[in-house]
Amino acid sequence: MIASRSPSLRVKIPLRVSLLVIIVGCVITASLLYRAFGVFREDLLVSSANLGRILARSLVTPMLHDDVWKAYEVINTPFGIDTKQGALQADLVLVISRNGRVYVSTQPSDYPMLSEIGAGQPELNDLRRRIEQAPLTDQQLLEGLGFNELMVLTPIISDGVLLGTLVMGYSRDIFSQRFLGFAWQAALTTLLIVIIVLAPAVYLARRFTDPLVKLSNCMSMIGSRELDEIECALDPSPRNDELDQLQRQFRLMLAELRDKQQLEQQMVVTERLAAIGRFTAGIAHEINNPLGGLLTATNTLLRHGQLNPMAEKTVRLIERGLKQIRDTVGTLLVEAKHKSHPMSRQDIDDIQALLQPEAQRRRVALNWDNRVEACLALPSTLVRQVLINLVLNAIAAAPEEGWVDCRSEIEHETLLIEVSNSGEQISDEVIAHLFEPFMSHQDGGRGLGLWVTYQIVTGLNGTIEVDSGPVDTRFTIILPLPLMAAA
Amino acid sequence: MPNALVRCVLVLCLTLVPLAGGAELIYPGDPKPAPIRIGITPVFLDNQTGFLDRWRTYLEARLQRPVQFSQRSTYRQIIELMLSDKLDFAWICGYPFQQFRPHLELVAVPLYQGEPYYQSLLIVPSSDLETRHIRDLKGRIFAYADPDSNSGYLVPQAAIEALGEDRDTFFRKSFFTWAHAKVVQAVADGLANGGAVDGYVWETLARIEPELTRRTRVVSRSQRFGFPPIVVRKDVADSDRLALRAALVDMHLDAEGRGLLAELNLDGFSVQDPAIFDDIKKLMMQIGAP
Repeated sequence: MIASRSPSLRVKIPLRVSLLVIIVGCVITASLLYRAFGVFREDLLVSSANLGRILARSLVTPMLHDDVWKAYEVINTPFGIDTKQGALQADLVLVISRNGRVYVSTQPSDYPMLSEIGAGQPELNDLRRRIEQAPLTDQQLLEGLGFNELMVLTPIISDGVLLGTLVMGYSRDIFSQRFLGFAWQAALTTLLIVIIVLAPAVYLARRFTDPLVKLSNCMSMIGSRELDEIECALDPSPRNDELDQLQRQFRLMLAELRDKQQLEQQMVVTERLAAIGRFTAGIAHEINNPLGGLLTATNTLLRHGQLNPMAEKTVRLIERGLKQIRDTVGTLLVEAKHKSHPMSRQDIDDIQALLQPEAQRRRVALNWDNRVEACLALPSTLVRQVLINLVLNAIAAAPEEGWVDCRSEIEHETLLIEVSNSGEQISDEVIAHLFEPFMSHQDGGRGLGLWVTYQIVTGLNGTIEVDSGPVDTRFTIILPLPLMAAA
Repeated sequence: MPNALVRCVLVLCLTLVPLAGGAELIYPGDPKPAPIRIGITPVFLDNQTGFLDRWRTYLEARLQRPVQFSQRSTYRQIIELMLSDKLDFAWICGYPFQQFRPHLELVAVPLYQGEPYYQSLLIVPSSDLETRHIRDLKGRIFAYADPDSNSGYLVPQAAIEALGEDRDTFFRKSFFTWAHAKVVQAVADGLANGGAVDGYVWETLARIEPELTRRTRVVSRSQRFGFPPIVVRKDVADSDRLALRAALVDMHLDAEGRGLLAELNLDGFSVQDPAIFDDIKKLMMQIGAP
């Protein structure tokens, strides 16, 4: 069952970095916009206040002379200049006479001369109310009138007498236009930064995620594949950062898993062999007891039975069968605590002498490398039997003109025996059951040699390992030497 | 007025400004002769210093005398300068010519579209599709050009008088723009609901700044009147009067003169009988003007 996978970190990290940049850009832009808003407002207030004062002064004479056209020209002055786009320019300039009517305006069609303020222009009702409330003595700022307009009211005063009121209206557009431009610029800058940052972000993301992805792939193989088949091209860098440590730890873990698995397999084999050993020993004992009686009986019959030839022949047949049973059972009953003299170098060399003829007969070279010098506190009979079994097997497995090596030496308080031959490789399935009884792999063999060998070696607290390859097959026996390596 | 062309606004008020900076002429025989102080008829375009400079140079070459131009913002100021001997010649409207007839003499009359006549136009904003006559503008706001202008003041005043209305209260409000082109502007912007304008100015504007005149609609045209003439104070020497008259009347004969006339949108100057301004006199009498 495959859960829907979220996108790879390779994608996520650059995306998130971009997102972060965008968020940061937005926040910065917002703060700049906020700040710009303040500055802009301040600018607007100052410049419109100044402009208002200048216009108001210029309007005094035209109003005193009732020169409407001159007043119209005066209030249009700011519009006559080609201003930069987004400059602080009023949308509407109104001159309101003392009677609350429009004296002149820059938009005569919308605010005709002599019309009443607020009549037909509800947005100006507030303005009218404000003007009617109290005569204006100083500049005033009205905000939030009508369409969120900003209005600057300047009294037109001549010799202390109020002639009228100059109203300059700034619509919201003047803000939005400027802010749109600003925001657009900020968006472009942010985009540019995103583009610039994206490439390093992708590169960094790859540097982080590539090892992680490899690790992830390797880990996903555990469980679905044999441990030995898992090959991970992990490549921890010498920087030794967390990622590198992770890779090293993973490799270590993989190795330990492999060891553990091997150990478990060995344990299974050992357990099985031990169970088989207990079982066969039990059967052998059960057979041995009546067997002794039977043999005594046949022996007595043959000596004192005065048997007719036919009976005698039959009894001898029974006796031979019983003896064969005894041999077989005897072989199965490996007696580890066999009493025998300590082992010497000569015991090993004797075996060479004993088996050399068999090797010659099979035209197999027997290379003997005996490095054991001292006497060993090991039962010589059992070790000899082990050695004989292994070398005979090796000679039998080796092809004609092949070779058998036998090496024995003392190593770290153990006796190491290595028997190898140039025979065919043994398959894994065969190796799995190699040390079980009656598993003969040679013509004519009973399949008890390796079983006995295994019993003896384990009885002596040693280990036996087989390693079969295309070139040779090697049995390695390690027998711990009892502490007192006395003669 | 944003358009650069608009700077060429025709202003039919006498405005003579001493134009400094012109190249000094070298005259044969010292001492330097006295300059001709032309209140040359400024059919004049606002901000046409360059044109006046060229015209001055042209006339100086013809007259072999220095020429001076002066500009003021009202007709009345120019007349006062003339009567107080500060100017010799002036390009003024037929109305002041009639007003101050005993002190003035005709020098030349411009030819517009081949004739020494022009009309007064009644204009309204182009959005006004109702107005058919000046009576329809009763109680509205009206723009006059100048109180001493025939086409921009006298004609509509006489028309109101003819309706039997009180000229002072006929319009709810009226104002002067002190220039014909500005009457057009005021009406086009909707500042005034109607205005009276010199037909020559309106038509010339229609050529150089059609987007402005398109925002106005001509309701009616008056009868024809004598075109604003170039006049001289009576006590100025005949030789000077004749010399300037000749220079003006002959302008169409040479290329340079034709070029200057084309800039003025005129065909030339002519010698006319002062009787062509009698119709203005009639209007003056209609409204009881002195």
